Amino acid sequence: MAEITLSHLKHSYFPSPKGPEDYALKEIDVTWRDGGAYALLGPSGCGKSTLLNIISGLLTPSEGKVLFGEQDVTGLPPDQRNIAQVFQFPVIYDTMTVRQNLAFPLKNRGVDATKIGQRVAEIAEMLDVTDMLDTRASNLSPDNKQKISMGRGLVRDDVNVVMFDEPLTVIDPHLKWKLRSKLKELHQRVKATMIYVTHDQTEALTFADEVVVMQDGVVVQTGTPVELFERPQHTFVGHFIGSPGMNVLRCEPQGDHAAFEGHQLALEGPVSGSGGQTMLGIRPEYISIAESGVPATVTKVADVGRHFVIDVVVGQTHLKAVSEESAPDPGSAVHLDFRPDQTRVYRDGWIATEARA
Amino acid sequence: MRTENQKAWFFVLPVLALVAFNAIVPMMTVVNYSVQETFGNNQFFWQGLDWFEQILRSERFHAALGRQFLFTAIILAIEVPLGIIIALSMPRKGFWVPVCLVLMALPMLIPWNVVGAMWNIFALPKIGMLGYFMNDVLGINYDMTQDPLAAWVTIVVMDVWHWTSLVVLLCYAGLVSIPDAYYQAAKIDGASPWSVFRYIQLPKMKTVLTIAVLLRFMDSFNIYTEPFVLTGGGPGNSTTLLSIDLVKIALGQFDLGPAAAMSLIYFAITLLVSWVFYVVMTKDDQK
Repeated sequence: MAEITLSHLKHSYFPSPKGPEDYALKEIDVTWRDGGAYALLGPSGCGKSTLLNIISGLLTPSEGKVLFGEQDVTGLPPDQRNIAQVFQFPVIYDTMTVRQNLAFPLKNRGVDATKIGQRVAEIAEMLDVTDMLDTRASNLSPDNKQKISMGRGLVRDDVNVVMFDEPLTVIDPHLKWKLRSKLKELHQRVKATMIYVTHDQTEALTFADEVVVMQDGVVVQTGTPVELFERPQHTFVGHFIGSPGMNVLRCEPQGDHAAFEGHQLALEGPVSGSGGQTMLGIRPEYISIAESGVPATVTKVADVGRHFVIDVVVGQTHLKAVSEESAPDPGSAVHLDFRPDQTRVYRDGWIATEARA
Repeated sequence: MRTENQKAWFFVLPVLALVAFNAIVPMMTVVNYSVQETFGNNQFFWQGLDWFEQILRSERFHAALGRQFLFTAIILAIEVPLGIIIALSMPRKGFWVPVCLVLMALPMLIPWNVVGAMWNIFALPKIGMLGYFMNDVLGINYDMTQDPLAAWVTIVVMDVWHWTSLVVLLCYAGLVSIPDAYYQAAKIDGASPWSVFRYIQLPKMKTVLTIAVLLRFMDSFNIYTEPFVLTGGGPGNSTTLLSIDLVKIALGQFDLGPAAAMSLIYFAITLLVSWVFYVVMTKDDQK
């Protein structure tokens, strides 16, 4: 087990990349601590699977290094890296029984039979598959097959890191949460570093201690689920995480205020830098209907269960607010209150306000 | 609630009628001939199972059947492993895929009698390239019109050339349907190339391989045109396979009764062996 360091990692699927647009991974430079639970979150095509395959050794990066602890593993094949990977679709050896499937990675490594039996029994118990050990793996349901794929990774006691590549894609919704909590439980028991790739924010936020949000081959923010929600470093993070996503509105920064549709809004802190395109970012949760403030007209109200999502229009700009208790009728004129400590300015997508200490 | 009615028959009956006209009725005429003797003029005399007994006891039939099984066994033993090996070594993606596929499909597109004629000319000593090369360049005495062994080698090589592609294409279809994740997982599990073949590729190819083996068995067991054009069953009777012998009896000697009995026995053997193959190859799936 070891810390994972990705040092100046770049990858292009073209043999001789010309510009940055040819890179699937632009420049990744991160360190993940031993035993952590990480999620790589991003839309399809953002490079998260590429990154995962580089860590597992299925791909060799064009530039940069992968370190497990002190050891440089960039050039090592997957079987010498002590990693395990669970794929989108369950990979099982059809002709083998569950027991043989679980024993397979150990057998290939020449582990002796008594040890294999012991480990297989242990893992089967952990995954609740003990009663299926002697059935043929091809006869299992998809969620059990996926458990077996996981088991084949966990059965080795030398794994540095277990990687999950959108492992719940083919699982029925009602079993998803079951497997997800199983994963969480496994993480606590095996103590291996786990990296979970997904485009589903719920999966990422429930599984991981730390979420790495990626877009277009770049890590836009790494943080705990709370950090990502409370203080997105990039408008993309604000938009991608949260339901509905953050409001991103045209604005004109003026000191520690911003002008939005002719109204002065207080910000989290002073705005740094200059030039570029500036946008105001605020989550719908922090815009409330108030007695006074920015005048707006309600266009639509959606009851999503726990709260109401209210679509309003200020001047020419449409934005969303969230209200816990009640919602005004569509068409009515209201006033909006923007919570200053959650109102920020983004310059060319990146956060430009300084947090007040 | 389940409602019972007889509507399903409307879907089954047309098929039944079709099968009756293209299989059952023609076969019944064969059955008709197989139990009677005729001397023309539409005069028939009841023979019972005499023809069947005569065929089953005839040494000529035993010899032809033996040659037939030997031929089929040889070509299956060559074509199936060779087909798998070629399919495994074909590229999975890129420019060469269509090139390989077309090259592989070419032999199968040639009409059977043309294949026989091609190989006949190709293999004749003095005239054909193969015959000339073997005799005059390598100095090996090779003449399929004189030497039974040379004749056998030629029909086997011809069949391998003509039909290995079928096994290749079917196996290849099975191979390309295996998702990359299987190979990646095997790599991570530390599987050897043999394990990858044994536990991933072979199981995934199994369905198509079963079809390939069945098709190759039936086709090779019923083979007629190519060896007939190539060797005419000779030299002597050395390459007289069952179908060639059958045609000799039916059309050469005009012994319609024995020929009909032999046809039915021939058909029964083909059916039985196919069934055995199928049961053996799919028995694991029942578990």
